[in-house]
Formats: sequence, C-alpha cells, structure tokens
Amino acid sequence: MTKRIDDTTRYQRLLDRYREGDLDRRSFLGLIGAAGMAYGMQTPFAKYASAQSVGQVRFDGWGGVVSEAFREHAFAPFTSKTGTEVVDGTFSGGDEYLAQVRASQPGEYNIAHLSGVFDYARYANFDLTTALNLDNIPNMELVMTRLVEPYRAITPDALSAVPYDYGTTGLAYNRKYISDEEMREKGASILIDEAYKDRIGGWSDWRTRVWYGALQTGQDPNNIEDMDAVWDAIRAHRDLALKYWGSGAELMSLLAEEEIYVTEGWSGRIAALQEQGHDIGYYDPPNGFGWQECLFVIKGSPVAACEELLNFMLAPETSIAVAEGQNYPPALDATKVDLGAKIPTLPAFDATGTLSGLTFADPAYWNGNEADWSKTFSRVQRGY
Amino acid sequence: MSVEAREARQPWILLSPALTALVLLLFVPLLFIVVYSFWLRSAAGADQAGFYLDNWREALGDAFYRDILLGTLRIAAITTLVCALMGYPAAYFIARSKGNKVLLLLLLMLPFWISYIIRTMSWINILGTSGALNSVLLSLGIVSEPLRMLYNETTVILGLVHFLLPFMVLNVYVSLDGIDTNLEDAANSLGATRWQAFTQVTLPLSLPGLAAGGLLCFVLGAGTYITPLVLGGPRDAMFANLVYEAIITQLNWPLGSALSLMLLAVLGVLVAIYNRYLGMAQLAKGLG
Repeated sequence: MTKRIDDTTRYQRLLDRYREGDLDRRSFLGLIGAAGMAYGMQTPFAKYASAQSVGQVRFDGWGGVVSEAFREHAFAPFTSKTGTEVVDGTFSGGDEYLAQVRASQPGEYNIAHLSGVFDYARYANFDLTTALNLDNIPNMELVMTRLVEPYRAITPDALSAVPYDYGTTGLAYNRKYISDEEMREKGASILIDEAYKDRIGGWSDWRTRVWYGALQTGQDPNNIEDMDAVWDAIRAHRDLALKYWGSGAELMSLLAEEEIYVTEGWSGRIAALQEQGHDIGYYDPPNGFGWQECLFVIKGSPVAACEELLNFMLAPETSIAVAEGQNYPPALDATKVDLGAKIPTLPAFDATGTLSGLTFADPAYWNGNEADWSKTFSRVQRGY
Repeated sequence: MSVEAREARQPWILLSPALTALVLLLFVPLLFIVVYSFWLRSAAGADQAGFYLDNWREALGDAFYRDILLGTLRIAAITTLVCALMGYPAAYFIARSKGNKVLLLLLLMLPFWISYIIRTMSWINILGTSGALNSVLLSLGIVSEPLRMLYNETTVILGLVHFLLPFMVLNVYVSLDGIDTNLEDAANSLGATRWQAFTQVTLPLSLPGLAAGGLLCFVLGAGTYITPLVLGGPRDAMFANLVYEAIITQLNWPLGSALSLMLLAVLGVLVAIYNRYLGMAQLAKGLG
C-alpha cells in the first residue's frame, strides 16, 4: 500500500534536498513561498472540495499534562495504526476557543475536548454540530449512560460528541498552612476567609466564581435565588484574592510556588501536583462543581476519520491510559469495564456508573444567564 | 505617455503592494469592525445584523468603561514617564560613547529576540515569593519572610516599562545621534556650563525623539492586555482586557467592536495631535 505523505514530510524532504545541495537557496525559498501562497489562496475555497482527502485530523485540547496524555496514549498509536495524522492544538479556555471556531472556515477545526454540557449547548446554538453515526463508534456502548443523556437532550436526533472524562472543580489547599480538618469545617467559605488574605486564588472563569459564590451563600448553584448575595461573596473573594489564574499551568505554578495557599482547582491538575510530590490537599465541598468533558466533532469536519479516531480513543486500553496520564476518570462505565488500579484512586471517581455523587451545571439554567452574569462578573472583578 | 506622466505614476506603482496590503489587512478588517459595532448580540448568542446604536450608547455612556479607559491612560502615561526618565540617560550614554556603540545597540535590541510573553512572565521568577529577589533578601537576612511584590498595579507598570523601554531609548538615541556635538562645544566656549549646554542646546534639539518615543510607548502601553493579565491582580485591567473579555469570554463581538473602536479613536486623536505639532517624520526615523 502506498502511504500518502503529509505536508510536514514534503517540507522535510525539500529541506533535506536544500541542505544536501540539490536545490539552490532561491529555488528552495521560491518553492516554500509558492506553497504558502497556494495554501493561502485555496483555504477559503477548500470547503467546496467535494472529495476532500483526509490525511490528518485537527484536535484541540487543554494543553499541559492533559495534552501530553492525549499525544502519548492516543494520537501517536492512532497515527501508527491508521496513517492519519492528528494535528494537536491547545487552548486555555472554552470561550476563547469558541471565538476562534466561530471566526474559522468550516473544516478548519475538527475535534475539540470541550468541557461541560453548557459548551455542547453553546455549539449547538451556533449551529456548529455534526451528526455522528454511532454504528461507527461501537465503543460508545461502554460509556456511562448518565454522561450521554445530557447531550441527547440538546440534540435528540444525533450526537455531535462522545463523552470522554469527568472531574470536579474542588478546593485545593496547601497542607503546610491549612489542615484537612479546617478545610472540611470551612468548606467553600475558606475562599472568603480573611485569615488567608492575599493567599487566596481563584479561576477567572465567571461560571466558577458564581458557582462558588452560591456555595458560600448557602444556595443551590443550579437555582440561585439571591443573586445579590452571590455578587457580594464574589466581591469579598476578589478583595482577598492575590490572583485570578487563567490556565491549569498557572494554577499549578501558583500552588507549587506557595504564592497562594488555597484556591478552587481542577481535580486532575491537583492530582498531578500531588504526584509531583507537593503536599496539596483536595476537597470537594457539598454541591462541588462536577463536570463532564466530551470529544466534540465540529461542523464541516471529515466525519468518518473523526469517528474512527473517537472509537479508537474510547477503546478501554486507550481510554484508561489517557485517564491515568491526565488524572481524570474516563467516561467508561466501571461496572462494564475493568478500569485498573490507579483510576479508582483519582479524585471524583465514580464506581457505580451513575455519577449520583456529583452535581453538574444545568446547561439551560447557566446558558440562559450567561450574557448577564459574564458581563456583570467583568465589572465586579474590576471593583464594581 | 510623457516622461512626466510616467514619473508621476512610478511612486504609485512602487507603493501598490504596500497599499494593497494596507487596504486588505487593515482597512477592510477595520470596516468589518465598524459594521459589527452596529450589530447586536441576541439572547441566544448569535449576532443580530442591523443598525443599532445600543453598543455605542453603552460604550460611551457607561461609567465603567470610562473609568477603565481613564485608568488605562493613566497607567500608559506613568509608564511613558518612567521610560523617558530611564531611557534618556541610556540613549545619551550610547549616543556619546565611542567605539562600543554597535555593541550597546545590539544589547538594546537583545530583549526583542525573546518573546514578549516570556519576558513578562520572567518577572514572576524574579519577584515571586520564592523568586530570585526574595531568595537573596532572605539569605542576606534583610527580611524575615518573603515580600509580597507581585500581582498589583506597580508590577503591571514594571512589566510595561520592561517591554517599552527599548522603543524609547532607540528613538531618543536616533535624535541625539543626529545632533552635532560641536554645538555643545560652542555653548561651552561661550561660557555655558555642561549642564546649561545640555538643558539649553542638546535637550531641546532631542525633544522630537523624546516625543516620538513617548508616543510609541504610550500607544503600545495603552493597547496592551497581556501584561495586566500576567502581572496584575484581580482588579488590575486595562481597556484592551475589556475588549478581550467582550469578544472572547462574553462572545459579544458587537460590543467588543465598539469598545475597540473607542480605544482606537482615543489613541488616534493622540497620534493626530502629535502629527500636527511634530510630524510623523521623526517617528519614522526612530523606527527606521
């Protein structure tokens, strides 16, 4: 079988020819320039190609240890097996990524590691969904039904994503300064405890701020009745916080360098810090922020190739290896698949396959308030 | 075609690639932003095309945006002043040094070889709780516990000065380098002290360079959003951060467009004032 060469290989061969003297510098630069021009000229029209060949699929994720796990345990073996290259990009937040996708041509972005059901709903609102044929993804049978239901409620006719993992945004704290007992006693209110002024952190994400504001004021995050009290709690946190972090890497750095002692944090990242030997505790308070992540296929993508990749990624051996690498439990049902020794020890792991112990954001409720709350948070953050 | 007509066409032919790039990469996108600023963000999240003044009413009438804009101009002004105070002596030293001028200019350009974000983040390793400065202070026994130096407005200004200082030095250097040193000698021979010669001859002649550097520092400083994001605390934000949040976080492209045009207009007025009194030629000289 003849293996199709990709653009990187073409470039490498050209570079080798230039280095070996088979090609003069002018010709080399001319060819590179011509290739760039050809790409630039054809890209806007690429969507009209009726028989687009698929040598690569673009995947975008959260970067850091998460992307490393995906690269090592999923993409590299998939490329070896199928010859299809997975081009892997990163983003620091779902909002930023959605803005990029909206500004792109169909087909430019293919699969995204999206967080929360509300992201799935937002992509559906922007008409960015595609229709997956689940017959081509037989490993979907191993996935917890509880994780599929919320997506089906949004797009009843066909899924545009497969669930992949889940986790929580709980409380992370430095055990050198805060004991486990104190954390359990104070719960979410520790983030507005004056004793830790300038040693408190927080994610700059408005959803997380509002969620924890609701917990600090004793309200149900999916049915907030006193929003003014929540904004006051967010103001109190803002005045005590040293820094709002904007990425998982920044979260890990702030905790590891002891710039902050307590913050809310992503369960997998905190598990990674613990693995690195830092004495960081992790606690999910009652009604802590649970979330599920999916692999979302964006409208205009080569669906068959994407389905093949998704099925490969959901295969137990791949899924378990990725989960162990990124420290988030996989979407596979523990009652159907033996998940090994490490995964049951990860934060937020659910052995029952029902996820009844976690509280998820109600997508209709949160997306319905998004415009108002995200704007208000921008003001509250700046002292209003 | 006459020789005159051919000569008249030549500059336009030579300029056509640059003009085409300007039109396609600057004016057309700007036009899109202008159009977008009159659209509305619908409740579902999708944009609603039309001609609505709501975004402009909000951008111009809301005290929140006005306050952040004024705060941004204040931070940019402080940064420019610090750059001028630090940059002028450095530029003077380079301009008047003999022999090692090329090396000094090379050192000045050195920071540009490193990414702006990396340069900004380097301050975390210098000023952080377990950073270089605190480690030295602790090991020398000067302080008993680490000083809190990061994530406030001062560190934002520090990061901006770090980023913008070379622009100031280069502009002032170009201006000083073009001044005939015989003028200072002449002032001295007529009885002026060295300080008087500097304040009454060199400084006035170098003011166009200082102004060009000031304009660059101010405009670039006022338009930044990375520095407050990396080195600022929860409250520290500049106007560009609001544009970023409107477009990226809130997905409200119409309001973000209106806000970005507002910032562009304010900075455009400053550039126009500069051009009216000093002309853009000095700026081109400094950048060249």
